[in-house]
Amino acid sequence: MMIERAGTWGVSVILEMGRMLLFVLSSFAWLTRPPLRFVQIVKQLHFIGYKSTFVVVLTAGFTGMVLALQGYYTLRKFGSEGLLGSAVALSMIRELGPVLAALMVTARAGSAMTAEIGIMRITEQIDALDTMAINPLQYLIAPKLVAGLIGVPLLVAIFDVVGIYGGYLVGVELLGGNGGAYWNSIASAVEWKDVYGGMLKSVSFGLIISWICCYKGFFTRHSAEGLGAATTEAVVLSSVLILVWDYFLTSVLL
Amino acid sequence: MIKLVGVEKTLGGQRVLQGVDLDIPPGKLTTIIGRSGEGKSVLLKHMIGLLQPDRGQVFVGGIEISRLRGKALNEVRKRFAMLFQGAALFDSLTVFENVAFPLREKLRLKGAEVSRRVDEKLEQVGLAGMGHKFPAELSGGMKKRAGLARALVMEPEIILFDEPTTGLDPLMAKAIHDLIVAMQQRFKFTAVMVSHEIPEIFGISDWVAMLRKGKIGLMAPSAEFIKTNDPEIHEFISVSGPVGLKQAAG
Repeated sequence: MMIERAGTWGVSVILEMGRMLLFVLSSFAWLTRPPLRFVQIVKQLHFIGYKSTFVVVLTAGFTGMVLALQGYYTLRKFGSEGLLGSAVALSMIRELGPVLAALMVTARAGSAMTAEIGIMRITEQIDALDTMAINPLQYLIAPKLVAGLIGVPLLVAIFDVVGIYGGYLVGVELLGGNGGAYWNSIASAVEWKDVYGGMLKSVSFGLIISWICCYKGFFTRHSAEGLGAATTEAVVLSSVLILVWDYFLTSVLL
Repeated sequence: MIKLVGVEKTLGGQRVLQGVDLDIPPGKLTTIIGRSGEGKSVLLKHMIGLLQPDRGQVFVGGIEISRLRGKALNEVRKRFAMLFQGAALFDSLTVFENVAFPLREKLRLKGAEVSRRVDEKLEQVGLAGMGHKFPAELSGGMKKRAGLARALVMEPEIILFDEPTTGLDPLMAKAIHDLIVAMQQRFKFTAVMVSHEIPEIFGISDWVAMLRKGKIGLMAPSAEFIKTNDPEIHEFISVSGPVGLKQAAG
């Protein structure tokens, strides 16, 4: 009985993964066919990117500040306050920037994406697109995938810069560290591969967010309860996948 | 125009359609009736390829569509429009933009030509001057009118109506019925309607088909349908009151 249940669960998971893969591949395939949904892509960039800027800046500022606060007192024990800049910048660029920005985008834009597409499914707006001979993957999903791929790396770049300035504010302006040492340690410690690794992570996180959130909304069950469950699943699955994928990518990049 | 042969469909473990044979006459208004949960909307969705049958065939103008996908299916769908139960207007677009949507997306029309066609359709359905409103600002009846305008704007050969008067008061339901009949007689499209509005549908339909136990129990012109001797069908259509027939189009 146990084995049968485990087998059924295993098969359903594999089928679900197959459906998810087909969903994203079909959506990208529709991107290559005319017409190019340029206006839709810009609208989605505005929604995923621009509208997430405030929450990303706020999170980045306080993350940089608390990193500097913790880092300053730890480094002072070893007389290495001069390395504060590099500690903050490397943490931001390699890890915290991509991961925290992606989690914030998931919470703000990802959940809204699932809810929007889910409501369109429940109220038959997606069926209406089909009946008008307009492919919903091309019209609705592909622009969101592209916007995720472009928007999240841009937000991560903002997150990194604001976080580093937040660290400066606390480490130098508030705690009296050396400003020149702060910037100098960043310039000498941060390498191109750190920036490249962080951007690679942010691109893949952008894809994960828009992919999972669009998929869960597109195949939501036809009820308010189903929509609620789809939104929760989208946020939880995206967040977990971001953290798991971050570990794998970090282990490859290091 | 639309022909279903032995269509079977199982949804959620339940055999909804159990061998439906149906021939929809062109240029007429055919209404499909039946008890709740019989699969009337499921049947309608097979006609436009939103659902594919497990067994059987669906023909539209002689083309078998049940195995078509992608571009080929879209070509067939260009002949159709559908008015959904909740109107299915895009809630992020205004009424004008909703009606203009297929013109801009499919015909690539722009500017003055779009405005001319959309304003014309909005006027025909009694929504002149309401184009700037969003669907959330409209009453149920107005949403149905806007949905009808969107369905009509591409001048399709076939329009499917999925319970177009559900949730409306009797006066509004009558107004929507009258509008559908007026538009059908004016533009001569083939209309297929799923409805619970008995006996009203006998006054507006050319043909009536009843879905019963997953099959077509009876299909006949309205006048003949109401004379049926089948006690179950007779009880079903008589329970809501006396039946009146459609007047010949003047």
